[in-house]
Amino acid sequence: MSVQVWTFIFVFLTFGLYIGIAICSRAGSTSDFYVAGGGVPPLANGMATAADWMSAASFISMAGLISFLGRDGTFYLMGWTGGYVLLALLLAPYLRKFGKFTVPDFIGDRYYSRTARLIAVFCAVAVSFVYVCGQMQGAGIVFSRFLEVDITTGVIIGMTIVFFYAVLGGMKGITYTQVAQYCVLIFAFMVPAIFISILMTGIPIPQIGFGAELNEAFGGGYLLDRLDGLSSELGFGVYTEGHRSTQDVFFITAALMFGTAGLPHVIIRFFTVPNVRDARRSAGFALIFIAILYTTAPAVAAFARTNLINTVNSAEYSAMPEWFSKWETTNLIAFDDKNGDGRIQYLANPELNELSVNRDIMVLANPEIAGLPNWVVALVAAGALAAALSTAAGLLLVISTSVAHDFMKRSFMPSISEKQELLYARIAIFAAVLVAGYVGINPPAYVAQVVAYAFGLAAASFFPAIVLGIFDKRMNKQGAIVGMIIGFLFTAGYIVYFKSINPAQDNAAGWLLGISPEGIGTLGTLLNLAVSLTVAKFSPEPPESVQAIVENIRLPGDTQPT
Amino acid sequence: MTDKPARHYWRANLRIVLSLLSIWFFISFVCGILLVDLLDTFRFGGFKLGFWIAQQGAIFVFVVLIFVYIYLMDKLDDEYQLNNKRKDSGQDVADEDTSS
Repeated sequence: MSVQVWTFIFVFLTFGLYIGIAICSRAGSTSDFYVAGGGVPPLANGMATAADWMSAASFISMAGLISFLGRDGTFYLMGWTGGYVLLALLLAPYLRKFGKFTVPDFIGDRYYSRTARLIAVFCAVAVSFVYVCGQMQGAGIVFSRFLEVDITTGVIIGMTIVFFYAVLGGMKGITYTQVAQYCVLIFAFMVPAIFISILMTGIPIPQIGFGAELNEAFGGGYLLDRLDGLSSELGFGVYTEGHRSTQDVFFITAALMFGTAGLPHVIIRFFTVPNVRDARRSAGFALIFIAILYTTAPAVAAFARTNLINTVNSAEYSAMPEWFSKWETTNLIAFDDKNGDGRIQYLANPELNELSVNRDIMVLANPEIAGLPNWVVALVAAGALAAALSTAAGLLLVISTSVAHDFMKRSFMPSISEKQELLYARIAIFAAVLVAGYVGINPPAYVAQVVAYAFGLAAASFFPAIVLGIFDKRMNKQGAIVGMIIGFLFTAGYIVYFKSINPAQDNAAGWLLGISPEGIGTLGTLLNLAVSLTVAKFSPEPPESVQAIVENIRLPGDTQPT
Repeated sequence: MTDKPARHYWRANLRIVLSLLSIWFFISFVCGILLVDLLDTFRFGGFKLGFWIAQQGAIFVFVVLIFVYIYLMDKLDDEYQLNNKRKDSGQDVADEDTSS
């Protein structure tokens, strides 16, 4: 059977499964809709968090980016996992103890201020929205390549499915579909990785094959040594050495870590477990489930890179396998025979290089490059869709709860009934789906890069406000509000300046202190912290009742604050 | 926070969090980024040590850190609840270091 037929089968089966789960877990109350009634077991929540968290960027883009970045790609690996340590130790248990529905809920109550709540609503919607664009784009790439429908149709199919289970089930539906999506995506990521590892090194565990010797057919010697040799020969530099400045790698890693801990759609998952102990536990489970993919990704990156160079370099263009021409039709691979010899010269030097490869396709193309069976190739497509849809659903829920719960119910229309609130939440999801779909059809930049900016923004706005809200009893509304505004504006301004206003300056020489726009969130976070602490020092301390909330969330036990 | 078990609990909690976070910082930022070239001079199998920590080792350490945290906090929570009960029944509150 062809790849396309297999893809149809897998996509049809998995989508059917998601819809079935959605029908079984309809939401009856706002508590069901926002936090799945607070009754999700920690293991299931760990899986749902992992699927919520691992987006199209993790699944499709990350290994591809690493295979082009070499050792520098480490900021994605450590940044997107190290943030869970912060989340587990500094945020999750306390926010669960606080026991409300959303991140703006916490900010609004802790800082006793409607302004603070509204700023948090704005930041949550902005961050989630930037993030959702990346997901839709990822889903679009998969549909256009594997189902050979155009991107517009692909995005519309994806959005319809998400809309169906998000509107019907809210958080409850999303949680249980995410558990299923985790299983689909991890299976789809691991199967080809294991196949390729066996093919190239004879070792079925990719994490170990990564450091093992290649089979004779691939030239023998350690994989990484061989890859270092190949890449420096072609002028790309040694794979296992760094090429970016140390401070830039440092700042990007920190921005991704703080951002992970500040992302509203991840934090909100810890409101769904029964108690504080389970919140800690589910953070641990989530990181295990994530680590399975994240320790495999660098191995996949190295395998894919070696394989790509082996296959294409100095090979006859006319002898290229079928996958090559299929990707060419999507314009994600392009060949330009500059010296007219009919062979592909793949080199770092832009004058002589004849091949351009979009980094987003490495994971998707990898099984084909390695010549794996068609069903494995199709499985990867289903996995990528699971990753994109699960994250998109989580983000859309944040947007809808922010609008219905924090913006309308808690800020402007406190008298609406639960039924009306639920209706508004569903309308908000519907509107968010339409806008996200539009952006998916008219996308900006690379998937992982777009997502990296969302992290900078989350890091610079939420992370300090939440951490200070828990660990500094003296922090008041003035400090938190000014800190969030300055952190957000500084980071957003820096990114917009280098990406839209003055892209010519977007290089190491033009950056402030040599920090790229991806890493600027760290500076924004520090700025937010410094400003918050200074302002709080010179303004009145928070009222007794608020200090009592802080004392309450610091203690164990499941009594909720009144 | 006026009562003794509560203060004791919070201090022990901060101690646990700070010690685990210093390991977190050391393995990721110090070993994985700042000292990576130095560590690369050591090799095991096909890996350079610094490269391996940066791309895989640190992630394993993160997982272990969270589970150590879960274990220590569960123990601390139990102790706090026990102390609270003892206090209610008029007995003395234990004040030894409980985080180690």
